[in-house]
Amino acid sequence: MIENTPVPVITVTNLIKQFGRFAALRGVSAEFSGGKLYAILGDNGAGKTTLLRTLAGLNQPSSGEFSILGSRKFHDICEQVGYMAHPSLLYDEMSGMENLEYFGRLYGITSSARCAEVIWAVGLDPELVRPVGQYSQGMRQRMSLARALLNDPKILLLDEPFSNVDLHSAGEMVRLLAGIRDRGTTIFIVTHQAALLEGAADEFVWMEAGKIVERTLDLKRLENIGESTGESKR
Amino acid sequence: MSAPSGITRVTLLKDLRLEWRSKDAVNSMLFFSLLVVVVFSFSFDPSAEESRQIAGGLIWVAFLFAAVVALNQTWAREIRNQVLDAYRVSPAPANSLFTAKVVGNFIFVSVLEALMTPLFVVFYRLRSLGPVWQLALVAALGTWALVVNGTFFAAMSLRTRSREIMLPLLLFPISIPALLAMVQATTAILNGEGARFWMALLASYDLVFTTVCLLLFETVLNAE
Repeated sequence: MIENTPVPVITVTNLIKQFGRFAALRGVSAEFSGGKLYAILGDNGAGKTTLLRTLAGLNQPSSGEFSILGSRKFHDICEQVGYMAHPSLLYDEMSGMENLEYFGRLYGITSSARCAEVIWAVGLDPELVRPVGQYSQGMRQRMSLARALLNDPKILLLDEPFSNVDLHSAGEMVRLLAGIRDRGTTIFIVTHQAALLEGAADEFVWMEAGKIVERTLDLKRLENIGESTGESKR
Repeated sequence: MSAPSGITRVTLLKDLRLEWRSKDAVNSMLFFSLLVVVVFSFSFDPSAEESRQIAGGLIWVAFLFAAVVALNQTWAREIRNQVLDAYRVSPAPANSLFTAKVVGNFIFVSVLEALMTPLFVVFYRLRSLGPVWQLALVAALGTWALVVNGTFFAAMSLRTRSREIMLPLLLFPISIPALLAMVQATTAILNGEGARFWMALLASYDLVFTTVCLLLFETVLNAE
């Protein structure tokens, strides 16, 4: 009988990332299956953002290795990855549509219709001519998510997508992301607002001191760790 | 993915649009150069003959300092909101970004030169004894030398704490051969003398440094 095990889309092996004498990642090893939504949780300085930036090819690992979609070189598969950072990664002086049209061209997307589609998807209006610098923080976050979705990625890496977003909008973003996951995209969300993802995330990954210390399907199981570290999961 | 030339073009258009809206680089460059022209014109009162001897040095030093202002602005926009990371995670080639930035800076500094040259002519009563088209060629070659290195070193100093100081510290020493060639060629042409050697030196300098910068830029862009 052939066992039907999900194929990992990301494999991380003993990943270490040092900044000078400080080790932000201390031997992370894990496999992540495709088509799931992973919530990466942990205290400040646990290494969540560093892990995400390393997977996005923005940090070079000090040692260890990782493969994404079967490739060890991020550049080979970068067209299939979407990345959203804590800062907006948008030009303040341009409108949302102008920003997306520019970034779309970097991926070979010349259609304004696609840009408008993702702007609608995140609940904003593509006709808005106001420069992004005049957006509210929440609007900026949503436009930043639109930029990450632009190339219809197979893997989505999101760093604090709900920070400064009101609860209603955050709920809409979670529903949007769950829908994207249901269409087969693997999503990693670094967040301190785990409760928002309860019911939507397929797995909660707890990081501590540069390591993954717990992976669970049930957020409640992380309560004990939270009490010992002072981090609230809710 | 779009062709590299297409990405260069859209990045250049994006930079021109951003500059048109903010006018950060052009305004600061203009005011700075204007100050240099006015202050120097009060400091010296040269005859037409003396002007031809010193104008080359004055003009290029003014443009060099003014260009640094624009060069610092080039990457400042990309660092704000960490927009550069969005470029780095995309499949767009590093050299398309570099080429767009160099061409953009070349346009900004050329606009400055076009606006400031008439003022230099008036304030220093300049009249070239040599062909003006040669001056234009020296200006183009010299400006390219400044912006190609300046854009590269501005990118290098991007992640340093005091990058605005770092850029001139890196750029000025490496620009000495180019600056020498620009000043000598300009002075020679203004005095109706041959400037072929200096122009050839400037063209070689441009070729060498453009090649080196293109070869190294990807490493600089992805440095942590």
